[in-house]
Amino acid sequence: MTSSAFPLKKEKKSIGRFLLDELKPRGKWLTPFNIISIPVMLVGAAIIVIRFINGIGAVSNVTQDIPWGVWKGFNVITGVAFAGGAYILTFVVYVLKVDKFHSIVRVTVLNGFLAYVFYAGALVLDLGKPWNIFNPIIGNNFGANSVLFLVAWHFLLYIVAQAIEFSPAVAEWLNARRAHKILSGLTLGAVIFGITLSTLHQSGLGALFLMAREKIHPLWYSEFIPLLFLMSSVFAGLSMVIFEGSISERVFADQITSENRKQRKDIILSLSRICAFSIFVYLFMQILVFAHGHRWAYINTPMGYWFLLEMLGFVVAPMLLFLLSFKRANIRWARVAAVLTIVGIILNRLNVSIIAFRWDAAVHYVPSWMEIVVAVSIVFVEIWIFRWVINRMPVLRESPSWANNKHV
Amino acid sequence: MSIDRRNFFKVLGVTGAGLAFGKQAQAEPAGEEETEFKAILYDSTRCVGCQSCEFSCAEVHNLPEPEDFPEVGVLRKTNENRRTVVNAYDTSKGEVYVKRQCMHCNQPACGAACLTQAMLKTKEGPVIWRENKCMGCRYCMISCPFDIPKFEYNSPNPKITKCNMCFERQQEGQLPACVENCPAEALVFGTRRELMAEARRRIVENPDAYYPHIYGENEAGGTSFLYLSPVPFEEIGFRTNIQNASYPALTKGFLYSVPAVFVLVPSVLLGIHKATKSNLDKTNNYD
Repeated sequence: MTSSAFPLKKEKKSIGRFLLDELKPRGKWLTPFNIISIPVMLVGAAIIVIRFINGIGAVSNVTQDIPWGVWKGFNVITGVAFAGGAYILTFVVYVLKVDKFHSIVRVTVLNGFLAYVFYAGALVLDLGKPWNIFNPIIGNNFGANSVLFLVAWHFLLYIVAQAIEFSPAVAEWLNARRAHKILSGLTLGAVIFGITLSTLHQSGLGALFLMAREKIHPLWYSEFIPLLFLMSSVFAGLSMVIFEGSISERVFADQITSENRKQRKDIILSLSRICAFSIFVYLFMQILVFAHGHRWAYINTPMGYWFLLEMLGFVVAPMLLFLLSFKRANIRWARVAAVLTIVGIILNRLNVSIIAFRWDAAVHYVPSWMEIVVAVSIVFVEIWIFRWVINRMPVLRESPSWANNKHV
Repeated sequence: MSIDRRNFFKVLGVTGAGLAFGKQAQAEPAGEEETEFKAILYDSTRCVGCQSCEFSCAEVHNLPEPEDFPEVGVLRKTNENRRTVVNAYDTSKGEVYVKRQCMHCNQPACGAACLTQAMLKTKEGPVIWRENKCMGCRYCMISCPFDIPKFEYNSPNPKITKCNMCFERQQEGQLPACVENCPAEALVFGTRRELMAEARRRIVENPDAYYPHIYGENEAGGTSFLYLSPVPFEEIGFRTNIQNASYPALTKGFLYSVPAVFVLVPSVLLGIHKATKSNLDKTNNYD
């Protein structure tokens, strides 16, 4: 416990001084992660400046036929799927009250919250006229029959809901006891609201492509895209929880109590069970869509092989590995499966939004190095903020003793 | 007086609408009745490929003049500087010219996609784009089955560009520039109803000259740009896999499910939450 890091009680420091102190970096500077991420983020920032001076075309390879590139396909559409762990875990912990996942729910909500904030940020970069971003929120500009309108509102509301879910941790950090009590009371409402929003916008991201019926390769297009997106967000999010957890466990080893460390193995095995079954449901849905659409004719083509690779290599294989991991009680298999699942989700989302989108176009879109640098920078900035929060607020470590509830 | 089923529903509907909209509902129909979708009929049997439409379009919208010309085997495309193009195709009935531009769908996918109503189907028929509303998300480009909206990628303040059927000229009572300047009378402007009748008349009166189909009658739920051709439309570069239902209909099911989800999911979640509480042990409160 590092309760000595909260000097508010002893010295009468002003809240401003306290925040300033907290803003200062802590720990070693020359870590491998910093050495890689700092130059990338600097180059990314420079590219963003160029983008706003000369237009999107100056840094990006998107075309008139394929107007959404990696900033939307990877950062927004894929990133949101990975942030799905937050709504699944809050459902399990706060609605079903399965207490054993309690120790990881706060870090998952933090991850989800940051993911949404930064992916909304990626969206701003990709908008041609970002200064009009508030048009769908205010004024008489409601395009209420647009799926994107729904998704935009849900992003905004879900960010608020997640902020409320996470706010007790901030209150504990600031030692604000009364606020803590009020904010904790809001958690259940925010959770229920957040889960509802999540089911709608996770599927909504798939529904975005419903109108592109002839433009997406038939192996990836069906009227069930929304359901497939929703179902896959379950194991995408949980795989991310497993993956992120196994890294945090090492990087933030000093924050995790020995009791929590013991629970971790059990938690990962339980999560891999949920993953295995939800992947099975997803696979079954994919098979139904495939068989129902009489799609055998497409299999013996290059796109068909690509589809088979996605399905066998990154859906069936991780499902079997997840099964294996909890049969053998071996978390190493669960981690391998989580990584495979993550690759599979990236593949799937990029396939729908970019690769199989206008697969027949004369000139196909390949992202420029600048787009990729920016896409990666956004993830790095998110990780920096994540680390900053973890090192200061009681996210992985136990709450201060005055907050008697256990991470609620 | 006997009330039959139909009348009953009529009364019910009128009462309901009256209650819901009050005075507004009564005030509206008077003005709307006179407005009918305007449309353009393009007859490729008459087109001589002179590009007058392209030049006049460029002039009216302050775009650079076209420098290339229709050639068989070369597919010219519309782009951010060119809202209409004429292409030449070698077909079973010799060389045929085809003008392409926005189809001005009756229920446009781009309009349904737009979350700010920047892309708008006007009640006069043209689908227009409004700069002050657009946020540049390019979802209209994703959704358009004809790949029509184009984006100025190389501008810091980019526009979505596409044919707007010269909406501003129509407002002043003028014809669209391409129609006005077509020397071969391949383009005709009028209400969609009149033009459908005219197109049918041409096919019936001269069945040998025309392929018996009006492209745009049903495609994408019907469009305000109608095409006549001497040959099947796939020979002159048209996508024939365009569905006949409107494109916004594809998202209807999803959008209709939203209010239901918003009522049902929270109720179920709250129910489950309550069910996990013990009825007997009041002291053990988890939250």
